[in-house]
Amino acid sequence: MTTTLAAPDGITPETPSSSAVSRPRRRLHGRWILPLWSWLVILWLVAPILVMIVFSFNDGTGRTVSTNWQGFTFRWYEHLFSSSDLTHALVNSITIGLLTTVISVVLGTLMGVAMGRRKFFGIGSVNLLLFANIAAPEVVLGAALLSLFLTMHIPLGYGTILIAHVMFSVAYVVVTVRARMAGQDPALEEAAHDLGAGPVTTFLRVTLPGIMPGITAGGLLAFVMSIDDYIITSFNNGTTQTFPLWVYGASVRNGGGVPPQTYGVGSLIFVIGVLLAVGGAIWNRRKV
Amino acid sequence: MSARTVRARLAPYAMIFPGWLWLVIFFVVPLVSMLSVSLMTGSDVDGFTQTWHFHTYVEAWNKYHVQIVRSLIYGLIATGICLVLGYPVAYWIAFRVRQKYKSMILFLLLLPFFVSFIIRTQTWNFILSDNGMVLGLYHALGFHGGHVLNTSTAVIGGLAYNFLPFTILPIYVSLERVHPSLLEASADLYANKTKSFLRVVLPLSIPGIFASVLLTFVPVASDYVNAMILGGTRNTMVGTAIETEYVTNFNPPMASALSFILMAVLLVGVFAYARALGTEEAMEMAATA
Repeated sequence: MTTTLAAPDGITPETPSSSAVSRPRRRLHGRWILPLWSWLVILWLVAPILVMIVFSFNDGTGRTVSTNWQGFTFRWYEHLFSSSDLTHALVNSITIGLLTTVISVVLGTLMGVAMGRRKFFGIGSVNLLLFANIAAPEVVLGAALLSLFLTMHIPLGYGTILIAHVMFSVAYVVVTVRARMAGQDPALEEAAHDLGAGPVTTFLRVTLPGIMPGITAGGLLAFVMSIDDYIITSFNNGTTQTFPLWVYGASVRNGGGVPPQTYGVGSLIFVIGVLLAVGGAIWNRRKV
Repeated sequence: MSARTVRARLAPYAMIFPGWLWLVIFFVVPLVSMLSVSLMTGSDVDGFTQTWHFHTYVEAWNKYHVQIVRSLIYGLIATGICLVLGYPVAYWIAFRVRQKYKSMILFLLLLPFFVSFIIRTQTWNFILSDNGMVLGLYHALGFHGGHVLNTSTAVIGGLAYNFLPFTILPIYVSLERVHPSLLEASADLYANKTKSFLRVVLPLSIPGIFASVLLTFVPVASDYVNAMILGGTRNTMVGTAIETEYVTNFNPPMASALSFILMAVLLVGVFAYARALGTEEAMEMAATA
């Protein structure tokens, strides 16, 4: 559709005089309203992050972060891991996140590779399953899984959290891997096959490197969703704490406020995450 | 058929099986068992028995219709706010931002995801609290009183804040696909900017808007974290009700019935959208967001 409508190069029917007259006036108001609007929206999106980082340096004596500026301090960073509950919850979140990533990448990559190329009988029902899994509300997923664990008398804790996290992240890995797989030229694999490579060698040496960006993206998505999940985890955690659950529990105990270390840990995670993302992007660009 | 082609035919099933099994056991089976739980009768003390009675649904509606309707209203308002705020941003990135800065701007939109959802929401509690910075500024300007936290405004604001990136990204993806030559063509055919936008750009971004609404409305309407942290006790949503019935009151039939009422309302809409859009495309958009 687009190609038929595209004007052939060299034929620009617009006369210079008409554009010279109409353009400056039309652009005058359009030029700043849109960027201003967008930057205000972006400012709104990052505002709480700035508040969190600034107030992680706020001095104070209370049990929660003071809403007034009490002076600059590194105190909370020095005692970042002094609360063993918080440290424990954080360790749980990170290890569950890593395990979730590994399991859902293995399961999801296999599914994505199988679904990305060939059409086979039953693919529609698998698609529907994945779509329903992504579209279902978190609170329903959490409540349903809890009823399974309760009826099967499975003790709640670390294991059930891990099961839940893989359940809600695997579909995202499938989708990213499948998209990458669909974009890969099948001739590459055929060539490998013609040159005598077996299916396993072909997969490891040809298919896998090609879909690696999809696997990386899906794995990152799984990790981020796992480490950040509150709703589903809160149904299936038993007495095990993760970082988001700990933060919520602490804010309930303290009437809405959170202990000062919380903003410190939040800022640290933010900085590490941003550095990893930016570093990864730069590294990728260099490789190309 | 040789053994080799048989193996090649079976290979996709073998590859799909482990992930499929995980989803069947931990997603499909729980939903089915929840459906049967919702048709149980009994009490916390006497235990629950399968009676296949539909009355829990009626009770759930009678007890929580306020929360159900409120969730839908909050969901619609927050989604509307996200569309109004987000569409111009998506448009700006797709058509005005120079190519080399696009990924940087998109990265800025994703920055909130580097901070835990709970901390982001709690920080809004911190900012909006009665002695927080917003009301502090308000008082410093000479006004008295004022109250933001524990109002519906705070909850809807929090919901819109938390889900805005999910609105912007699919619209951006669909606008990015609009070929610039189409705009040139419409300009050549004497359409002014408004007309070009209304007749060319907007219709082409409808799939993106569909995906955005889907990705924003479903999690917003079923969210209860914002209501818990920003809404106090008077702005509870259906998610709060499900959580309370299950965890606090230990009434699984009621919680299950509520879950199905919520899903029935949401999924009917979702599948209608998906039909119009094609499931695969909707899911890919879900993944890119």
